[in-house]
Amino acid sequence: MDDALVSERPLFGRAQWLALAGLVFFAGIVVPLAHVFLPESAALRPSSYFVTLAGKFACYAMLAVAMDLIWGYAGILSLGQSLWFALGGYAFGMYLMRGIGREGQYQSELPDFMVFLNWKTLPWHWWNTDSFGWALLLVVLLPAAVAFVFGWFAFRSRIRGVYFSIITQALTYAAMLLFFRNETGFGGNNGFTDFKTLLGFRITDPAVRASLLAMTVAALACVFVGARWLVQTRFGRVLQAIRDAEGRVRFCGYDTLRYKLLIWTLAAVISGIAGALYVPQVGIINPGEMSPANSIEIAVWTAVGGRATLIGPILGAWIVNGAKSWFTMAFPEYWLFFLGALFVAVTLYLPAGIVGLWRGRAKS
Amino acid sequence: MIPFPVQRILAQVARCRWRLALLCVVAGLTALRPVVVRAELANPAIKELASEEFEQRAAAIERLVATAEPRVALILKALIDGDLLASAEGFVYLNEGGQLVDAATGAAVPKPAAEPEVILANNALRQQAESALAALRLFAPDPEVRRAAVREFISQIAQVDAAMLPMLDRAMAAERDPEVRDALRIVQAVAAAGSPQAERRLEAVRVLGSTQLPAIRTLLAKMAGEGGDEDRRIRGAAAASLALVETRLSRGEWLGRIFAGLSLGSILMLAAIGLAITYGLLGVINMAHGEMIMIGAYATWGVQSAFRAWAPQTFDWYPLVALPAAFLAAGLLGVLLERGVIRHLYGRPLETLLATWGISLALIQAVRTLVGPQNVEIQNPTWLSGAVSIAGATLPWNRIVIIGFSLAVLLLIALLLSRTRLGLFVRGVTQNRAMASAIGVPIDRVDLLAFGLGSGVAGLAGVALSQIGNVGPDLGQSFVIDSFMVVVLGGVGQLAGTVFAGFGLGLASKFLEPSVGAVIAKILILVGIIAFIQKRPQGLFALRGRALES
Repeated sequence: MDDALVSERPLFGRAQWLALAGLVFFAGIVVPLAHVFLPESAALRPSSYFVTLAGKFACYAMLAVAMDLIWGYAGILSLGQSLWFALGGYAFGMYLMRGIGREGQYQSELPDFMVFLNWKTLPWHWWNTDSFGWALLLVVLLPAAVAFVFGWFAFRSRIRGVYFSIITQALTYAAMLLFFRNETGFGGNNGFTDFKTLLGFRITDPAVRASLLAMTVAALACVFVGARWLVQTRFGRVLQAIRDAEGRVRFCGYDTLRYKLLIWTLAAVISGIAGALYVPQVGIINPGEMSPANSIEIAVWTAVGGRATLIGPILGAWIVNGAKSWFTMAFPEYWLFFLGALFVAVTLYLPAGIVGLWRGRAKS
Repeated sequence: MIPFPVQRILAQVARCRWRLALLCVVAGLTALRPVVVRAELANPAIKELASEEFEQRAAAIERLVATAEPRVALILKALIDGDLLASAEGFVYLNEGGQLVDAATGAAVPKPAAEPEVILANNALRQQAESALAALRLFAPDPEVRRAAVREFISQIAQVDAAMLPMLDRAMAAERDPEVRDALRIVQAVAAAGSPQAERRLEAVRVLGSTQLPAIRTLLAKMAGEGGDEDRRIRGAAAASLALVETRLSRGEWLGRIFAGLSLGSILMLAAIGLAITYGLLGVINMAHGEMIMIGAYATWGVQSAFRAWAPQTFDWYPLVALPAAFLAAGLLGVLLERGVIRHLYGRPLETLLATWGISLALIQAVRTLVGPQNVEIQNPTWLSGAVSIAGATLPWNRIVIIGFSLAVLLLIALLLSRTRLGLFVRGVTQNRAMASAIGVPIDRVDLLAFGLGSGVAGLAGVALSQIGNVGPDLGQSFVIDSFMVVVLGGVGQLAGTVFAGFGLGLASKFLEPSVGAVIAKILILVGIIAFIQKRPQGLFALRGRALES
């Protein structure tokens, strides 16, 4: 086995495993159970706002891990992560829209916005969207297919660095404009909202909300551990070599296109799954989710936490989003100033992020 | 003989300028044909204005207008203003500031026993009266008024019908001004196309062959087609004229598209030049480049406001001050940006991208906080307003000037790069940074100056944009992507690439837009660019280098 050297190190130390298991147990089992079974009046019962927020943050964390895989480990700064996120969200949103059935404003089998546009039948891309299995398949396949085709063309012509970043941004921007149009068949400006049922259960039911949180936490844990494993494999090592000196890796006989394409598509799929988990919890998806600004914010979570650390981007996502919630409530005027300053400060003074800072302390 | 109450009308009409214009009509016609003034306006048409049915009132207006009598204008105006009254016996009065006068003669009348009621006009009637008033302006003594009136007819040519023919004939007979005659002939022909006399229709159809208005195309197509005119000769003539009009229209459309494409291309080029220079030189993308454009536009707004406040008599020349102001504002900001942030991130282009994006966010918010989130209003100087009409396409002056301006900026930058020492250094550093530094090029200063120059040019693009579009804090947001597409397509290090790519993208989007819509056009262009760089990853024009990582 030529991988022997690489896989000798364990994924996590014993304490880290324990901490991880504890966190997952708490956020994925204790909180959901408490939300469902404690009486409304209990002081310790997590409110539905809190449960939704926790689910949202877990989705953001998955996005951050995906970003870290391609940016931190493969050196590809993608400004299209929000596109994959929204594609996954829309794919699952279509299923949720069909789940509304005749409960909409117009009591039609068609989603309200189609009645409003005076459409008589579902457009072709809504085929079979009332099937849960098909929705799950779409959540994975749609971002994967788009990312694969785009990545293949982009990596094949050796578009790299800022060139690649800007082209992904252009792609995201174009897709956002496309989804804003009513004719595209995704609800235009308003997107999808007003969901009623999921697999036949009421979506407002605390049990549904709690299960969604549990699933999101489980998914995040899987993604995190899986990513940790992936970057320690031979594949992950080659990726990091590509990040540091792509030319040399190519001269050593590696087909860098395959490595980049695989990690790029995988990151898109993870983002898509995060989007699919996000939509039923938040209850809305619209083209605003795809805006280039959102993509860049994901990059900043990653940079704040520390690239190529996996845990850092998760922390970064939580810190930045926590700050955002607080700022937009306390002084909305200054949020963009703060965010702008954060971009500059992190790139100038914290190139290794918070985790880097902490590790530096630990060493010295 | 009933005295003509000139005094009273004067007192009444002097209250507003509009009425003064009407008075001109009245006075002019009076002078021309004094006998008509007291002719039988007391005709049944006026009485019919008071009829119960709106249809009858509409017919009455038509008949009144066909007489082209001077008092008709006053009557119509009164109808629109609600100053036209009718008594129970069917007498019609004008209310002139509380004094009732006979609508037909203008003579003061004593208050009738029964209070007369206002003749109400519904929307359709009011519109009819308004267009009838426009028709009456064709008889104004001032040729300027008549020109404006006939232009109005041309712009609403679809409303012209055969009922206006007598009035138009009369206007044509009295008209001496060649410009008005030319335009009037077309209006007359459109009206005559519905005339019952075959000869007139034939002549009209032939005249219409010389025009190029979409409404006339529709009219001719209707006459030429099956079930069109009953006369075969006329159908044939209409078909021939239709072909002429269509050729001319499509030529105009093409010209319009090419012009719109060039206009968009010149803006794209102006926005992209700075980006191409700095990207070629430093290998970093300044995501705040769009905000430099925005700052330039706001500087223009500032200069414009200052001129309006302190030197309104020289307002027309504010762009001459705005240009250096915008260049300096954006350029200085660029220099600050380079010194404060970008310099410290050399060799880390992805981080530079993030940092400059952060700066762009802060700049947008700063403008929102300082100036306000709404768009600001920028007034064009008079020499940039208006348009020229060439072969059926309307080309606005501001866009023409901007195309010229962008070419001038391009020329200056080309001279700067090829003829000056700084230009030599910039080209050297772009080709090989390490080597340039080794032979003593002060690369620090070159970076700084080039960055300032690129930002300044973006500021100039802002001045140009402020003359054709809305200026708001988000102005620059969409430009970074578009201008970087120009850089990607054109390649770095060569101005020619930027020029070709800018104009190429501008023309491509304007030719795609009419058939597929703006959004799909954008997507198609993006797909086209990605396909193109499969073939030529370096863009249209690339510097040949031997470095591995280029």
